[in-house]
Amino acid sequence: MTKIGLEIHCQLTKLESKLFCSCKANYREFEPNHNICPICIGLPGSLPRLNRKAVESATSIAMALSCETPEKIAFFRKNYFYPDSPKNFQITQLNVYGNMSVGGEGYVNVEDKKIKIRRIQLEEDPGRIIYEGASERTKITLVDYNRAGTPLVEIVTDPDFESPRQVRVFLNILSDLLENLGVAEPGLEGAMRADGNVSIEGGNKVEIKNIGSFHDLEKALHFEITRQQSLFERDIEIAQETRHWDDRRKITVSSRSKEEDQDYRYFLENDIPWVKIDQSTRDALKENMPESISSKKERYVEKFDIAPQVAGIIASDRYYSKLFENAYSEHNAKDIANLLTTDVIGFIDTKEKQQNSKITSKHLSDLIDAINSKTITRNSAKIALQEIMKSGNDMKDILQEMDLGQVSDSSEIDTLISQIFKDEKQAVIDAKERPETINFLVGKVMQKTKGKADPVKTLELIKSKLNQ
Amino acid sequence: MNLNTSILKYIEDVKSGTFTVEEFTAATLQRIKDVDGDVHAYLSLNDSAINDAKIIDKKISSGEKIGRGYGFPISIKDNICITGTKTTCASKILENFIAPYTSTVVNRLQNEDVVITGKTNLDEFAMGLTTEFSAFGPTKNPWNLKYVPGGSSGGSAASVAANECLASLGSDTGGSVRNPASFCSVVGLKPTYGLISRYGLISYANSIEQIGPMTKTVKDSAFLLNIIAGQDANDDTTINNNNVNYLENIEDGIEDKRIGIIKEMTIDGLSSEVATATKDAIKDFESLGASCDEVTLPTIPYTVAAYYTITSTEAGSNLARYDNIRYGYELESEGYEYNSYISKSRTKFGPEVTRRIILGGFVPSAGYAGKYFLKALKVKSKLTSEVNKAFENFDYLIAPTTPVQPFRFGEKIDDPVTLMLLDYNTVTANLTGKPAISVPYRVVNGLPIGMQIMGNSLEEKSLLQSAYALESKTNLPAVPL
Repeated sequence: MTKIGLEIHCQLTKLESKLFCSCKANYREFEPNHNICPICIGLPGSLPRLNRKAVESATSIAMALSCETPEKIAFFRKNYFYPDSPKNFQITQLNVYGNMSVGGEGYVNVEDKKIKIRRIQLEEDPGRIIYEGASERTKITLVDYNRAGTPLVEIVTDPDFESPRQVRVFLNILSDLLENLGVAEPGLEGAMRADGNVSIEGGNKVEIKNIGSFHDLEKALHFEITRQQSLFERDIEIAQETRHWDDRRKITVSSRSKEEDQDYRYFLENDIPWVKIDQSTRDALKENMPESISSKKERYVEKFDIAPQVAGIIASDRYYSKLFENAYSEHNAKDIANLLTTDVIGFIDTKEKQQNSKITSKHLSDLIDAINSKTITRNSAKIALQEIMKSGNDMKDILQEMDLGQVSDSSEIDTLISQIFKDEKQAVIDAKERPETINFLVGKVMQKTKGKADPVKTLELIKSKLNQ
Repeated sequence: MNLNTSILKYIEDVKSGTFTVEEFTAATLQRIKDVDGDVHAYLSLNDSAINDAKIIDKKISSGEKIGRGYGFPISIKDNICITGTKTTCASKILENFIAPYTSTVVNRLQNEDVVITGKTNLDEFAMGLTTEFSAFGPTKNPWNLKYVPGGSSGGSAASVAANECLASLGSDTGGSVRNPASFCSVVGLKPTYGLISRYGLISYANSIEQIGPMTKTVKDSAFLLNIIAGQDANDDTTINNNNVNYLENIEDGIEDKRIGIIKEMTIDGLSSEVATATKDAIKDFESLGASCDEVTLPTIPYTVAAYYTITSTEAGSNLARYDNIRYGYELESEGYEYNSYISKSRTKFGPEVTRRIILGGFVPSAGYAGKYFLKALKVKSKLTSEVNKAFENFDYLIAPTTPVQPFRFGEKIDDPVTLMLLDYNTVTANLTGKPAISVPYRVVNGLPIGMQIMGNSLEEKSLLQSAYALESKTNLPAVPL
């Protein structure tokens, strides 16, 4: 049986500042080495100043993953030399003498399987090395410390996954959960990263590092399983080792053994006293935690009779669920949910589009009211939606400006039908003989009104004219 | 002008107009010019000292709000950062490091209007007991230039003893304030761990070290502590001291106080001069109304080994950042890959620092941590509970600060183990986090002897009362320089 375990790193980008100083946690908008201070570049004499909010965010994550969370936590130094590490040690956590990190022993249900979370720890992200030749601008290898000290949560699972597909489902659930908690933005480039380890029946565990994206992770896992199986079939021992994902060749490559044997000489980081997270703090965190995705979904289904799949889509996305929560009332919830999943999602399918879209919950409820009161057709609603997202203008103004109001005045439609009966004589004859071709005539009316005519009324009027 | 004066007397004189801040500063700078060629207490001087003094004089004459310091001259150990000044740690590797920020202690001093004279010499990265390990040459003992001043804050102690300033800030990881204080006959205080902010102190062994005042009198020590002690948002390990006034009631005496004489620190290894002085000090304490009894702390024989294990581990980690990548010295990188480049750049460390980094790579490493590092931590916690227990029966624990008097240059530098044993009486305060003070007690054969008093955590006020009481029993000669 294949066993896969994961080690996921997620930046807490929703925090204002870094883990140990007041530089910005969101380092992305800065010129290289412009989001740094004596603390995060480890100048002599500087001391870490713990960001308590980061401890709270990490604890929330641990709670959301059903982990045990200890009364007090400690930080450790992981000692190793690397150019992106300003102090040449990383401040992280360790559970050597019992639970000292923010959480441990949790789980996530993935379909019917329980994936156990071994531990969750809070640590600092290192800087970034931009290698020689990475772009035309980089003639030599450079280090950018803007990222150094960004709060990072490491989530380690047990080797409970049986397939790369399960891994993908889990990562989707996890990234939705982290976003729903309001602590992270997994969609940001480099904000959420995962390494994996793989073993097959009768083989040793192989760790895979240096994986750029979730997509590559799945590929790397597939490659590694196939590699191990072919070794096994040929009776070659699968060595316990660390392998690197070679993004260019799409294969895993054995790392130099030196890296594996690295001794990190962990010991307590005494510059940060033990942090107490007492019961009242934990209670408050639990109370302020946003509703979980699964309970949201359940609520939508039970209260509003929304189809489970539709409810699931809305509940798992913070943006859609926020739109929905503020738009619905008892009588239109189901319609709004459908409008969201059939039309809105089609237009706003990326985080970037979510950020740029000007649509509000009021727009949604106005639109549904207009459709239900037959002020506009579904077709026109779709056109209006696009305009709303762009301009954010009031719906009434948009309807007027774009001339989208529904035509339900019988005489107006009647006049149009008379004209069409003159222009499309053959079609009228066809429709009289074969009633199923009547839709052609309805279509013509829609064409002339740019979809604004009330389709039910139009059909009625055509039928009565045919019978005249 | 008499430069051999206390801060408190100096302030009186400035207030009464006996002399101006500028006059006293100029005289101090002249004194430095005259003697520091021999003493070598300073690594760098503050070029704007006279200017700083003038500004303070102006404040005084115009009746503007003036800080508690009234411009008294103070030197700062060169492992404490001040914006825009070189902070070298007496190491070639930081020879050109100019700090871009100021430590909390110096900030607090500057807010109270002091004049900083300059930065003082130390053993490289504060590792040593004689300042012989300074990369820029040793400091001499003002009592006898052929003798070591102690260390690692040897420059600070010598600058105070030689009247090249009125006070200094040192740092104490295993005795680095108290040992040179004892060797140079000044008052040196190592406060409770967390009482004084370490923000801006370049770390050597951060779990046990503290900045401490070095002064001519016990009252001055209390005065300085009033300024620099207390919680700091920039150092998470600092503790609230409720703004205790350490100077208030300092003359209250020690009548009926119970003093424990630490057996393990007073039996073996003391020179006869130090042994005699210790016996006399006990008599003095008794004459002041205190009761003295022997107390045994059986873990003490293991403390020096534990101390070097813990400090080397932390030093190995704290000094890892000196890889010459973000700052450092000119070293062409062409032809090196990362690992060989940092190995090459780190050869600039001196012998003692190198020794401890190597030790620090070994004792906490996989397979050896249990035998060394974790065992050392056990010694630390066992010692702490022993000392805590002793404080249930005693108000103070005493011993001579060092087992021997100052020795000649070169006498012990090649014998690291003998050098390490000089720490025998001082490391306990660091390993347990307790405050301890070295009080000048006697000068024998022209060389000083200091007595150490250790108090319970955050009991600096009471500790300073006992130190003041002992000080009042002494009558010491002036430095012959």
